[in-house]
Amino acid sequence: MKRALLLLLVVSVIFAGFAGAVKITYWQYYYETKVKLVDQLIEEFEKQNPGIEVEHVTFPYENFNEKVAVSVPAGVGPDVLTLFYGWIPLYVTSGYLVPLPESEFSPEYLSSEFFPFVSKGIQFDGIPYALPTAVRSLALFWNKDLFAEAGLDPESPPTTFAEMVEFAKKLTKYDDKGNIIQEGLTMQPSGQGHQWIREVLVRQLGGTPYSADNRTVLYYQTAPETLKVYTDLITKDKVGYPGFLNDDVTAFRSLKAAMTIDGSFRLGTFRPLDNLNWGVTELPSMNGVKSNFASFWAHAITTNATGEKLDASIKFLKFITSEYAQTLWLEQVGELPANPNVAAAYYDHPEFGPFLKGLEYAHATFFVDESGQRQVLMDAVDKVWIQGMDPIKAFEEAAAEDQAIIDEFWSRLE
Amino acid sequence: MNRTDRKTSVIAYIFLTIFAIVMVFPFVWMFSSSFKTSEEVYEMSLIPDEPTVENYEYIFNYSLFPRWFLNSMIVAVVTTISVLFFDSLVGYTLAKYTFPGKNIIFILILSTLMIPTEMLVIPWYIMVRQLGWMETYWSIMFPGMISAFGVFLMRQFMSTIPDYLIDAARIDGVSEFGIFIRIVMPLVKPALATLAIFNFVGNWNAFLWPLIVAQTPKMYTLPVGLSYFSSENLTSWELIMTGAAVSTIPLIIFFIIFQKQIVKGIAMSGLKG
Amino acid sequence: MKISQKRIVTAYVFLAIPLVFYIVVRFYPMIYSFWLSFTNWRLISPKKDFVGFDNFVKLFKDKVFMTSLWNTIKYVVYGVPLVIVLSLFLAATLNKVRHLQWFYRLLYVMPYITPLVVVSWVWRWIYQRPPAGVLNNILMAFGFDAQPFLSSMNQSLPAIVVTTVWVNLGYCIIIYLAGLQTIPQEYQEAAKIDGATSRQSFFKITLPLLNPITVFLVVTQSITFLRIFTQVYNMTDQGSGGPLNATKPLVLYIYQKAFRSFDMGLASSATVILFMLIMGITLLQLLVLNKRVQY
Repeated sequence: MKRALLLLLVVSVIFAGFAGAVKITYWQYYYETKVKLVDQLIEEFEKQNPGIEVEHVTFPYENFNEKVAVSVPAGVGPDVLTLFYGWIPLYVTSGYLVPLPESEFSPEYLSSEFFPFVSKGIQFDGIPYALPTAVRSLALFWNKDLFAEAGLDPESPPTTFAEMVEFAKKLTKYDDKGNIIQEGLTMQPSGQGHQWIREVLVRQLGGTPYSADNRTVLYYQTAPETLKVYTDLITKDKVGYPGFLNDDVTAFRSLKAAMTIDGSFRLGTFRPLDNLNWGVTELPSMNGVKSNFASFWAHAITTNATGEKLDASIKFLKFITSEYAQTLWLEQVGELPANPNVAAAYYDHPEFGPFLKGLEYAHATFFVDESGQRQVLMDAVDKVWIQGMDPIKAFEEAAAEDQAIIDEFWSRLE
Repeated sequence: MNRTDRKTSVIAYIFLTIFAIVMVFPFVWMFSSSFKTSEEVYEMSLIPDEPTVENYEYIFNYSLFPRWFLNSMIVAVVTTISVLFFDSLVGYTLAKYTFPGKNIIFILILSTLMIPTEMLVIPWYIMVRQLGWMETYWSIMFPGMISAFGVFLMRQFMSTIPDYLIDAARIDGVSEFGIFIRIVMPLVKPALATLAIFNFVGNWNAFLWPLIVAQTPKMYTLPVGLSYFSSENLTSWELIMTGAAVSTIPLIIFFIIFQKQIVKGIAMSGLKG
Repeated sequence: MKISQKRIVTAYVFLAIPLVFYIVVRFYPMIYSFWLSFTNWRLISPKKDFVGFDNFVKLFKDKVFMTSLWNTIKYVVYGVPLVIVLSLFLAATLNKVRHLQWFYRLLYVMPYITPLVVVSWVWRWIYQRPPAGVLNNILMAFGFDAQPFLSSMNQSLPAIVVTTVWVNLGYCIIIYLAGLQTIPQEYQEAAKIDGATSRQSFFKITLPLLNPITVFLVVTQSITFLRIFTQVYNMTDQGSGGPLNATKPLVLYIYQKAFRSFDMGLASSATVILFMLIMGITLLQLLVLNKRVQY
């Protein structure tokens, strides 16, 4: 296996020498507008850098991990890979990512060109490993028609948590047996709900989700009421429940949910729907505290890239995260720029504005096992609303399970 | 037909029809969804309010659908022919020859069914890469060239063939392979038809391995191509339903052609415990 | 050379190509997987250290693993008898009718030829709570209370079993039907003359004659249910096998360990357990069912 890799390396170096061109491979998941834009960017990049050729490979979003996991052991993987920032620790500790060279990406460069949560989110053990072109945050979407129908002002969305709950109650409809037929607010922890609980509600209730070194779970210890605040909406106020009309996005887009908390990537879903009259606003504050969850997909260089390929990959990485690329990305894909200078021009944009404002006070969770840690909060909510467990106890159990995942991760490294 | 027979027959038809409605309902739903707009696809109506053929147009014009269709066809046809030949040969050998290690070989072949495909794809992929099979039809097809389900099915059927037929052929001087091809194979036509149908369906709908091994869109099979309609922001169910509706049509035709064989043939060969 | 020796040689010649195929394409990856179960390989890492039985110890301490092992057994215990009895019954009924038989066969096999992902999605909507769920709308029309189905701890696994039975039913009916049509008419007629009721002749004559088919179906359906994955992945929130692992089967557990956590060592040891479970059940079935033939 190793010998085959070595052989491939030698052959490819020789081949590259003869051809006079370095060929690097770039992988991302398939999303129509992104794929088109990246093709366009690659063309420009190759023009600016004769001698570098970029091969662009895509695969279905759902199967990202299978594709990577199978290709890497076979030595077929990419030189540059776009991955969710929350997977960086797992990839780094598996020895698959190359640190960004300080000569090209100095701490000053990172802090001046990117939002603060980005420069934190791309690090592992203080070393940066990846860079995003675009970022995302959360906001509250509301259905103006349903607001009007319930006698609420369709142009005034709620600004505080209490107000949101009050509105949600008015907006919820039931049949004569008490089944919800229209949700006031979607309750989907498996979507963005778990992020809202962890990074927004916990902080608004005076807590901190994790310790500064990210090794200790603090959300239960510092804000034990948080889960109850969330699940009360399901069990007491009955404004929605997980899985209503399958999921939050379907419920909102088919006009059966009046409000939903979702990410900026959802703009592209709702925009083309003619029958949906929607608006978007900043997440409601609570106790005077504003908070938000930010995340991003980032491009990283893998251990496949060595020698000339590494140099070419660095150039490519710099190019696709440049202000120029970010501007095109915003215009053609509709995702928020990772560079505050690019973002500044869009603060009053009716759709991007609320998300950009949210970025200012946003936090990106440090995940050691993104799907596992999401599952913990999904389970906590299920325990309360399906099994009737006391939410305080369910939250305590969630914190313990989360801590076990984190401990397991670090124990592997020792 | 006497009266009680007719009465049972009517009850049977009523019963069968009720069940058939239950069985066919999701299929009808899939078909009707393919004529719905993306707004309407989540509504529970069976008849679209504003039927549209846009989904079909989109699928045929904006994707490599015809090419994927062809790829799936090639993969399913070639693997099915291979499976029909090799599975019958193995099934026949295991049923009608006595040799040391026979039972162990049978159990070992069955045991290959006990590992999920998810755990096999990594070694397969390394193999494909080391043997230089990247981007070939062969790389998609090779794991399916012989199927253990089929070996088992054929073994069960072959064991019901009376031994005297084979012995008579031997006395007539027919070669061992000749017996298999000329005497045995025609006797198990129904089993072959059954195997052909189910193997074709299995390979036609296979997803994980083709997804992993196909690098560029022109090598995708239908299910892999269709999975691109489900993305991060949104799954275009109306397109997936349309693709699925189109992709089941060859299967229905295939079934209608081969199912006659199943019933006719079996009645002749006999299948006795 | 004696005739029997010649036949042995012929048998091995016939088996040569398939055996080479099986060794390379199936046994080698299988043994590779077994070997991995003793390592700590993280899929995308170059490091593979031997760790002995650590993974197995970890597995049996993992509550989620034990739940999914138990769920897997439940899938088989609920699903296999249901699909076998129902398909036998439908095939026997279908065998009685003279007209349109081919049409019914086609309708019954429809679920089996529809891609499983699509089937799962449709069933997910059938099981929705009100206002969307078709099944709940029917229940409520008859005055019953709405049921949670997929979001219930008790109903979700049986709900997925029903979907799977529905998918596999056509396959089993076709194979049973093929078997039924081979039973010579004289047997039944003779039984009738002897004064046997149709129920008696079904249980005393038809069923025993169908035994090789039943063996095949019981064994292969058990394997299918033990390897259940796609429908659970597509019918539960985020493919999690929820709520609270109530529907998670072993293959989904393996999949999550391998492709979500990249823990190939642990996934491989779970595969070994699954292998042993399927092997045990299959051997037992072959032993018990094959014996019955020689009554």
